[in-house]
This record gives sequence, C-alpha cells and structure tokens, in this order.
Amino acid sequence: MNGIHDMGGMHGFGRVEREDNEPVFHAAWEGRVLGLSRACSAQHLFNIDESRHAIERMAPGDYLASSYYERWLDRNIRLLVEKGVITRDELEHRMAQLIHGPDPAPPHPDAKLASRMLKILTEPTPYRQPGPPPRFRLGVRVLTRHDSPDGHTRLPRYARGKHGVIARVHGSYIFPDTNAHGQGEQPHPLYSVRFEADELWGGSAEPRAPVHLDLWERYLESASPARSQS
Amino acid sequence: MNDSSHDHAHEHAHHHREAESLLSLRVRALESLLVEKKLVSSEAVDRIVSAYEEDIGPHNGAKVVARAWVDPAYRQRLLADGTAAIEELGFGGVDLQVVENIPAVHNLVVCTLCSCYPHALIGLPPVWYKSFEYRSRAVREPRAVLREFGVDLAEGVEIRVWDSSAELRYLVLPQRPPGTEALNEADLAGLVTRDAMIGVALAKRPASR
Repeated sequence: MNGIHDMGGMHGFGRVEREDNEPVFHAAWEGRVLGLSRACSAQHLFNIDESRHAIERMAPGDYLASSYYERWLDRNIRLLVEKGVITRDELEHRMAQLIHGPDPAPPHPDAKLASRMLKILTEPTPYRQPGPPPRFRLGVRVLTRHDSPDGHTRLPRYARGKHGVIARVHGSYIFPDTNAHGQGEQPHPLYSVRFEADELWGGSAEPRAPVHLDLWERYLESASPARSQS
Repeated sequence: MNDSSHDHAHEHAHHHREAESLLSLRVRALESLLVEKKLVSSEAVDRIVSAYEEDIGPHNGAKVVARAWVDPAYRQRLLADGTAAIEELGFGGVDLQVVENIPAVHNLVVCTLCSCYPHALIGLPPVWYKSFEYRSRAVREPRAVLREFGVDLAEGVEIRVWDSSAELRYLVLPQRPPGTEALNEADLAGLVTRDAMIGVALAKRPASR
C-alpha cells in the first residue's frame, strides 16, 4: 500500500535529533508493550507481516502523531480485536476496573511461554524456507515492478519501476505480501539489489550513494543491459 | 514568564502526564485481559523486558567486531555468513548480513518502512533510528545525514546504504582505528559503539596517553 509508513526519500522531517544516554525504555509501559507483542508472536496470535501491515493501516495522521511504542500498542489492539481475541468494549471495561481497584485477572504463570519468548532471541529465525531456485544470477540487471498494490508489500515506493543490479542471492524467504493476508508463506528467492542514487532520485541525488534493498523475485523482472554500457 | 504562558506550559505538562497515564492504563488493561485468557504470563513479559534492559546490547555486537579485527579468518567467515559466524561466539536470533567499511566504501543501515534492526545482537534501536527524520532521509541524502552525525567523508568515498526491507538484518563492520595495534580484543571491543555498527559513526580512537 502507498502508506504513510513508506517514508524513504520524503522531504520535510528535518534534522535527526539524538538523545544522550538514552534509556532502553522511556516509560515502563513501553517495555510491557514490547513484551506483550513478543508473547502474542510466541502464541502465534499474529505473524510478523500481519503485524507490520497492521501498523501501516493506522490512519496517516495518527501514525505521525504516535510514538513508536504507541504504534505497537495500536497494532496489538487492532489485530487482537480483528482476530476475535479481545473486544474494544472489554478493553474499555478493564481500564475502568483498573482505575477503581485491583487487577481482577488471576495470575497465569507459564514458564514454557517465557522460555519460548526468550528463545526467539537466540535461536535461528524462521523466515528462510525452502522454495524454488533463483531465476536471477549475480550481476544481472533487473527492473522492479511498477505498481500500487493496496495490501502489504516490502517494495518501497521510491524503488518501484527502477533499474538495479543483483548484488547477492540470499536464498528463499517467506513472502510478506501474501503472509500478511492469510494467503500463505509462499517462500521464494530473495535478492539484494543495488540501485544507483541517480536512478532513484534523479538529478538531485547525492554522488556515490547507492542504495541496496532486499527484494523478492516477484518484485522483479529482467531488464536489458544498461544502454550506457552497450 | 507571564501568567497565560505559564498556565499554558502547566496545562501542557499536565496534559502530557495525563496522556502518559492513559496509555499506561490501556497497556495494563491489555495485559490483564491476555493474562485472564491464559495467553500471556506477566513473568514472561518481565523476563523479556529485563533481557533487553540488562543482557542484550551493543557490547555483544562489539565482541563480534573486535574478533573480526584480530582474526582475519573469522572476518572472512563473518562477511560470508554472518548468522553462522556470530553463532560461533554464542549469539543468534537474527539472520545477519555484515557489511564491511573499507577506505573506499562506507556502509549505512536504515529501515525506511518500519525500523528493522539487529536487536537480538545489539539491543533495541535508539529513538533517532526509528524517527521519521532518519527513515526518510538516510536513503536520499546519506552524506548530509552523516555530516549531521559528525562523519564527514571524502567525496570519493562511496556511501552504501542498506535499506532493511526483508528479514535480514544489517551490521556494519567498522574500520579498525589506527594506533590500535597493541590493544587486545577486549580493549578493541571498547572502541566499537552502537552508532559505528549502524554506520553513523566511526569506531572510537583509543584515548591518548
């Protein structure tokens, strides 16, 4: 989707402001949101692509007005409601209960869940899965798909309809564009593609500033060799 | 400060606190519901929070970089297959691609679509990495962004930007600073900052004596 999240190349945001001695979390609730998100993943309540797409579906104004962990919270609630795990009324009701009294939920110790969540931090990731062999070889020139799909995609707007060169063949990975929509993992080849800066940004590009993107084969078609080289 | 602007500032601070507590309340309510439905244990959330606060951080990535600086064979393995090479040092949880700075090429990592970051190896990203400012600008004007970070590279140096658009995570292997021949691996790791592994800084120089 052509969402507000797809920010690469936008103007107007200004200088990058840094904070000295930044804490890991700026408020305790941020850590809880992170932990709850990890728990929901470990319980397979939603996958990573559904989760990214849920953030992308925030109203653009809300997205811009929210902090990172506010967007995560919005995502968690949105997906848990959509999947029927909780309702918004239930959440409002529980908030009212917590203002006036102790937490009515009995504790639920689950040591197995804790170790599953911690394992995600040390075990191999599950995203690389067997798929068809790669169609493109190293050094081959490709053209990215020029399209505006209304669903989830990891091909940013700034790199659509652009020429690049295959810089690395990564192997076969789960396809976000289908996995975000309940259409299966459909693993297939992923590549690192190098784009020269002037191909992406035209005359105002900085010199010698190429961008590499990791792109799935379905985003790519073969392109004729560059004219300047013929 | 006159009364009305004082009131305004006070109101703003008050509003901010109120918004914060409403958020906190919403998060507590969500956790309570998920615990009640036996989907979450609060102890599990505690453990994840403390893992990020205490165990996982840039010091882990710094060990990987220092090893690559002192051991050329390890450096080659790291560049060829980052995931396998960090496993040798006991790290995992990430499908890692390491990109090496050399005199002619400087690497810079960003995620324009969200905020992908090798957190299992170097901890959670700083706020600026997740900011709209960095995400929008790092791909289009990396040289200008680097200058703001105090890194002014010669015009001939290629700045290679890695936009983390899939499930691979990128880590920059900075150049080993000059004058560090006598340092051991642990001292070298002390020169490797989080920012150097993202590519917005160079490795620190050893303190001169």
